[in-house]
Amino acid sequence: MIEINGKACSFEKGDTVLDVARANDIDIPTLCHLKDTTPTGACRICLVEADGANNLIASCDTPACEGMKVQTHSERVVAARKGILELLLSSGDHYCLLCESNGDCELQDLSIEYKADGRCLPETGRKSSVEDSDALILRDFSKCIHCGRCVKACNEIQMHDVLSFGHEEGSPKIFAGDNETLRESDCRFCGECVQACPTGALLEKKALGKGKVRDEQKVRTTCPYCGVGCQLWLHVRDDKIVKVTGVDEGLPNKGRTCVKGRFGYDFIYNKDRLTKPLIKQKNGEYKEAEWDETLDLIASKFQTFIEESGADSVAGISCARSINEDNYQMQKLFRTVFRTNNIDHCART
Amino acid sequence: MTNSFAEFEKASMFLVIGSNMSQAHPVAATFLKNAVSKGAKLVVVDPRKHELVNYADQHVQLKSGTDVALLNALMHVLIREGLYDHEFVTEHCENFDALWDKVREYSSEWAAEKCGITSGEIVQLAHTLAEADSAMLCYTLGLTEHVTGTDNVLSVANLQMLLGNMGKRSAGVNPLRGQNNVQGACDMAASPNVLPGYVKVVNPEVRERFAKFWKVDSLPALEGFKMPEMFEGLPEGKVRGLWIFGENVANTEPDIRKIEHELESAEFLVVQDIFHNETTRFADVILPAAAWGEKDGTFTNSERRVNRVRAVSSAPGEAKQDWWIFKQIAKRFGYEWESDSAQEIWDNEISMLSPNLGGIKYHRIENDGLQWPCLDENHPGTEYLHKDGNFTRGKGLFNAVDWRPPAEVTDEEYPLILGTGRRLHHYHTRTQTGNSEGINDLMSEEKVDISHCDARNLGIEHNEMVHVSSRRGQVKIRANITDEVPHGMVWMSFHFRESNANWLTNGNAFDPVTMTAEYKVAAVRVDKIQAQSSEQEIA
Ligand code: SF4
Ligand code: SF4
Ligand code: SF4
Repeated sequence: MIEINGKACSFEKGDTVLDVARANDIDIPTLCHLKDTTPTGACRICLVEADGANNLIASCDTPACEGMKVQTHSERVVAARKGILELLLSSGDHYCLLCESNGDCELQDLSIEYKADGRCLPETGRKSSVEDSDALILRDFSKCIHCGRCVKACNEIQMHDVLSFGHEEGSPKIFAGDNETLRESDCRFCGECVQACPTGALLEKKALGKGKVRDEQKVRTTCPYCGVGCQLWLHVRDDKIVKVTGVDEGLPNKGRTCVKGRFGYDFIYNKDRLTKPLIKQKNGEYKEAEWDETLDLIASKFQTFIEESGADSVAGISCARSINEDNYQMQKLFRTVFRTNNIDHCART
Repeated sequence: MTNSFAEFEKASMFLVIGSNMSQAHPVAATFLKNAVSKGAKLVVVDPRKHELVNYADQHVQLKSGTDVALLNALMHVLIREGLYDHEFVTEHCENFDALWDKVREYSSEWAAEKCGITSGEIVQLAHTLAEADSAMLCYTLGLTEHVTGTDNVLSVANLQMLLGNMGKRSAGVNPLRGQNNVQGACDMAASPNVLPGYVKVVNPEVRERFAKFWKVDSLPALEGFKMPEMFEGLPEGKVRGLWIFGENVANTEPDIRKIEHELESAEFLVVQDIFHNETTRFADVILPAAAWGEKDGTFTNSERRVNRVRAVSSAPGEAKQDWWIFKQIAKRFGYEWESDSAQEIWDNEISMLSPNLGGIKYHRIENDGLQWPCLDENHPGTEYLHKDGNFTRGKGLFNAVDWRPPAEVTDEEYPLILGTGRRLHHYHTRTQTGNSEGINDLMSEEKVDISHCDARNLGIEHNEMVHVSSRRGQVKIRANITDEVPHGMVWMSFHFRESNANWLTNGNAFDPVTMTAEYKVAAVRVDKIQAQSSEQEIA
């Protein structure tokens, strides 16, 4: 047993103080901590006070041990956290007004909670240092707090080993490859780093300028690409998807996606979509038609073939990309209406 | 898959055959790599040195199309040395003697020669497999897109049964399915030989049960045509009306010239899709359909999990739900189908007809999906199949098979083997990825992968434009010199029209049972473009 804020909590060997607190619904803020990865202890925001220890301890990498007594929000702890936040804010350019993450930013949430604004310290950080080298991910180094979550996400979750801690002109910087742009590096554009980032330092470009986080609806769906079937959140503003993230605890992907799942959604808004039934004319050109007339034509053609040459003179190829219900319906049409088993799909490519 | 993706985490060994998972199933690959970094063993069997090989304890770089030879030799070693799981085989399997009779002919020395590897590698792999507590075998189309695809699949099942790697957590046979809902399309019986629930159309009792449910007097008794037979029926006039729903077959079928000739000769072709593509060019009628993001419904993933798909936007213009279109045609033939939403189709029809799906209803899959078999509404779904060695048919049946060479072998004129597949950034013919902003930037053209050695012999430089030709056709494409492919092999995807591998693939070689085309083996040649400008075309 250990005691957190006076509450007795049981623990298993190997649990950190943070693990025990979370299992007991006791709030300890974190910034660098990322589930399923090794702790870095980089941000120190998870500091707590433990009886008998002179210094505050980082709860994310301190193992719980029998008899421990911990305070998560003592005056000393709160002051220390505020100090850390002040430092983080002053060492960057956290101008929330136009930030895409405004309203969905862990740094902002904590700053509000701990009443930190960064103004009591001299500004030390880089100003607007943005990498805008590809169409998908924007890196704004002036908003980076060097928590290292992106590094963990890239190297320990996706295991692409693209990101690392580096230094440029004396200041810390997260490097892609050998301090390259993402495009130049071996980046796979899985976007795991973007999803992990607690601030606006990594952003999805396609969402920029498309409304506000607070007007957003999140709808759960399944990725339309491969047979893994990743669970995705569609972030919808004004009835349009503006970005996609993985469903954290969702099976099978536990929050992960690849480049297709995360960025391959906006084909549905492409202006070249088919929008009207088309019937080929004698001269080979297509003419727009009404649904009724088109369906009548198909029905009468198929009717004729079946009458003249038997049901097996018609055939259908169903779609392994579409929903179950469409596939079921198409085979039902061929079997019960046309009366043929000439129905297949490309299970084979 | 007999297992689930969540079981990757606890696996003690992976045997990955013909699956470039990091490109084709990227998220699955991340779980596999996580497990390997925590100590799981990994053996990759593949002609190509793809990314997973960097994490592997052993890479068996066999020649394309020699899988059965290797698998039989592995079983030969396991049985001869008494390393297989006697208890599992005695209690849960049948036909062991026939298996031994067959594989005793496949010594590791003999197979090694066919596979282009050493017999030591085969013995080493057999020992690793025998020593592992259990192993998950994963494969993809690298195993099935061969004339021996069915045999390959039977062989991996034989191997896993022999090792007792069935019916438990983190041990089984796991085909990672290519398309998002190819599992579902099979489950829904969009196949010429079965009805929903994988029951055979030729069985009269089955037909009677379905006819009653669907309120029709009878159902067709004969198996229908498989896709290649449908296409071949077009020029002959045997198939007069063909309806293609959402497949860009003009680019995805092997031998583009052949398929285009067939489509061209169709008397009446209906194509239902979301974009114009190479296939719609041949259509008499084009129907605009709603896309993902515009439909409610379900997909079933590789691990048999039925997941919800949800609409967030409305379909553009007059594009319609696909199920609605089919329903309207039925109506014109005098059938009034009751179900009027994807949910009604699932809850009131699909899950009623297919016992394995009986317990899956929309209200149960609001969040995580359920894995079939899921027999009733209290059933939690099934994480892995054949629990405790109980197979669907009772005992697991060994199906001994012989190795057969690929349909097309190399010769002087066409000395290289062409392999084909997908790459990371794109999907199939790019109807979706190519129309999503930013993805074409990441990969804007296809290149042919060629080994250093072959490039040197042909005097080809990296990024030089070359001709790749087969007995079917020729493409002009940039060369990518890489360690990934071995000497004697080149590799291309089918993402881009001009450089599509299917101008070259073999349209006349199919697995005799499934009619799957041999996409993974075609004999080709690579030539420098001799003319004036080949120098300038080096990027
Ligand atoms: S997008 Fe993926 S691969 Fe690229 S840096 Fe981020 S986590 Fe790494
Ligand atoms: S980019 Fe984001 S996740 Fe990465 S170190 Fe900076 S703030 Fe942390
Ligand atoms: S996100 Fe990537 S891995 Fe996941 S289902 Fe989609 S395509 Fe497959």
